[in-house]
Amino acid sequence: MEFTFDLNTIWFILIGVLLSGYAILDGFDLGVGAIYLFIKGDTNRRLALNSIGPVWDGNEVWLVTGGGALFAAFPHVYATVFSGFYTAFMLLIFMLIFRAVAIEFRSKQPMLWWRKFWDSAFSIASILIAFLMGVALGNIVAGIPLGPDKEFIGTFWDLISPYTLMVGVTTVALFMMHGSIYLTMKTENELHETVRGWINNAIIFFVIMYTTVTMATLIYYPNMTKHFVDNPFLFGVAILNMLAIANIPREIHHNRDFLAFLSSGATIISLMILFAIGIFPNLVLSNPNPEYSLNLYNAASSQKTLGIMLTIAIIGIPFVLAYTFAIYWVFRGKVKIDSTSY
Amino acid sequence: MDVEILARLQFAFTIAFHYIYPPLSIGIGVLLVVMEGLYLKTGDKVYERMTKFWVKVFALTFAIGVATGIVMEFEFGTNWATYSRYVGDIFGSALAAEGIFAFFLESGFLAILVFGWNKVSPKVHFFSTLMVSLGSMMSAVWIVVANSWQQTPAGYHIVGEGLNARAEITDFWEMIFNPSSIERLSHVLSGAWLAGAFLVLSVSAYYILKNRHVEMSTKAIKIALSLAILASLFQLFTGHQSAVGVSETQPAKLAAYEAHFDSSAHASVYLFGWVDEENQKVDFGIEVPGLLSYLVYGDSEAPVTGLNAFPESDRPPVNIVFQSYHLMVAIGFTLIVISLLGGFLWFRNKITHYRWFLYILVFSVLLPQVANQIGWISAEVGRQPWIVYGLLRTSEALSKAVSAEQVLFSLILFIIIYAFLFVLFLYLLNEKIKHGPEEAEQSSRLYSQQKHLFDKTN
Repeated sequence: MEFTFDLNTIWFILIGVLLSGYAILDGFDLGVGAIYLFIKGDTNRRLALNSIGPVWDGNEVWLVTGGGALFAAFPHVYATVFSGFYTAFMLLIFMLIFRAVAIEFRSKQPMLWWRKFWDSAFSIASILIAFLMGVALGNIVAGIPLGPDKEFIGTFWDLISPYTLMVGVTTVALFMMHGSIYLTMKTENELHETVRGWINNAIIFFVIMYTTVTMATLIYYPNMTKHFVDNPFLFGVAILNMLAIANIPREIHHNRDFLAFLSSGATIISLMILFAIGIFPNLVLSNPNPEYSLNLYNAASSQKTLGIMLTIAIIGIPFVLAYTFAIYWVFRGKVKIDSTSY
Repeated sequence: MDVEILARLQFAFTIAFHYIYPPLSIGIGVLLVVMEGLYLKTGDKVYERMTKFWVKVFALTFAIGVATGIVMEFEFGTNWATYSRYVGDIFGSALAAEGIFAFFLESGFLAILVFGWNKVSPKVHFFSTLMVSLGSMMSAVWIVVANSWQQTPAGYHIVGEGLNARAEITDFWEMIFNPSSIERLSHVLSGAWLAGAFLVLSVSAYYILKNRHVEMSTKAIKIALSLAILASLFQLFTGHQSAVGVSETQPAKLAAYEAHFDSSAHASVYLFGWVDEENQKVDFGIEVPGLLSYLVYGDSEAPVTGLNAFPESDRPPVNIVFQSYHLMVAIGFTLIVISLLGGFLWFRNKITHYRWFLYILVFSVLLPQVANQIGWISAEVGRQPWIVYGLLRTSEALSKAVSAEQVLFSLILFIIIYAFLFVLFLYLLNEKIKHGPEEAEQSSRLYSQQKHLFDKTN
């Protein structure tokens, strides 16, 4: 399929933008959750929780809006993936619920058992959310069995393979790295030094997983490389991705936490772009029977709706960016605990 | 059990549980704007304490509302995939607009509302409160519009045939302002204001009965009572508008509301009764002949279409719709009586004078909650057997890839998790109420103490 810059392509890109925004923003608060149980002491844990306190909820809205946009722009993808991944998505929902209430409830009571319970719930839910999303992403790369009527015809176990599990673990590693950089940036003194020491381990964990997954992708799913072979300039994204990763330890070494965080964000964006180029023009690959794949044309809403949605997006996105920057500006600097904190 | 009934039960259960919280957020949100506005205007510390206390309650209900709200968005895809394919072109855009225009607004400014007391100026904080309140009502706008389109589809055409048929937008504004949007939205919003107002009334009355925070609670009662009076009277108006609208757009639903089986002139309204669906009659009922005709058409002799005018396969279940509708209306009138009585006592300057009235206020918190729930039951069950009225049947809207066992598994988990959540919610709400608002000096002392503690730990 040729690349034409039409409404369908714009929406393919916009959904990608929403999900990348989600991965960068919720990525760090899921990451803070993933390393949370390593943090010792109630004050330190409260600091970690309050570093994401005012923003985690807004970060999750990117997922909600991304889901709504997928529903509106590509209803067949939404219907096929959500019903096909039923059990996995139900687990994801339960984890999202647990995580939200754990953050809200944890510091409401002083009892040790209460806090320990919600601490574990928060951390385990964060890890599982990242993992399940990674597994879902892995399945999009690997392809899932679809019928001629666009319906998923496999079972829950078809979604689980060494490859998809590996993508899941890689996502957890990526968010752990991203989250530990964020937490370093938001804390000071003892906790700052402790978490800062973890960043290198997280980077190593991520790079090992990422390299392994990339090798597996190249060997088992060479369809992901097609556009890169046809358009060699696209390999520039892969190089940018490598540079972004390599830049993180450098910035950390120079104590430039914010730049390290930006590099980590750039890593996530470039990964999402690589993924999007790899699957284009498909949104859900059918494996076997690739002719049943859902792509940005056969899964899309009408041109009229895509146009209306584009108007909504053009009106809405400046507001969204304005609030997002405003909130992060108001809550800038190192986190402190006061009477309104979690 | 088959997939259809399980999927319906799951959706009903998850949305009913969710719907405990957003009305509270919407209602308390409006009151927070008033409370904080009064604080800014008068500088009276009582209003500051009041605002801060209710912000904490707001944050709790909001958090559970958010956590349980994402479930429905997923369920459209997981359990109702065929529906999603059919309406994605229309329903999806309303959902996406809700995300972009409402959720970002709410969640962004909520951060300042809850955590920003010491970070921004009072005016910016007040602006945030206003935006959170606006955002919560905006989300009601989009979701009720989407639901109203399911009740009274407009601005669309059907493309494709058989299994490939789906609705596509022809006119966006006609879709948004479909025949039932405005009246249903105003009905839902006034129900939400009542939920918030009566929670504030209940807690404040409890404090006065316990002789705690009396000054603050008396002021809070006056604020909440003003909203309750306005909202309960507005509710009567919007309720009437809705019923008249239903008579035009969904006559089978209106007939089920009043168990009106045979089309006839001089149609009655039942005050109460028990519907015998098999024999098509109402047992133990008291009816007011001609009132239905009069309420709908302004003429007690006007004919009203009955359920038998529709093929049996197109009729909703009658008794459940009848009962929920009647109980909702009865509660609506009760709320008007309580509100006006409160207004009268306020006028006589005796609002905190009678303990029996305060007890009524304490317990009346449940009334709007029940009315909101059963109002939705009568609206949604009354729409059956259609998921999109007249276009798509509920039984044809399911996910083809999902089995009954999968839904049973998730339904059981939802029941367990939500029961757990509900107990926790009540426990924490109770703790908050027992703890009460921080005293003004105490709150700033606590703050400096904590800062001190924080410095020492470093």
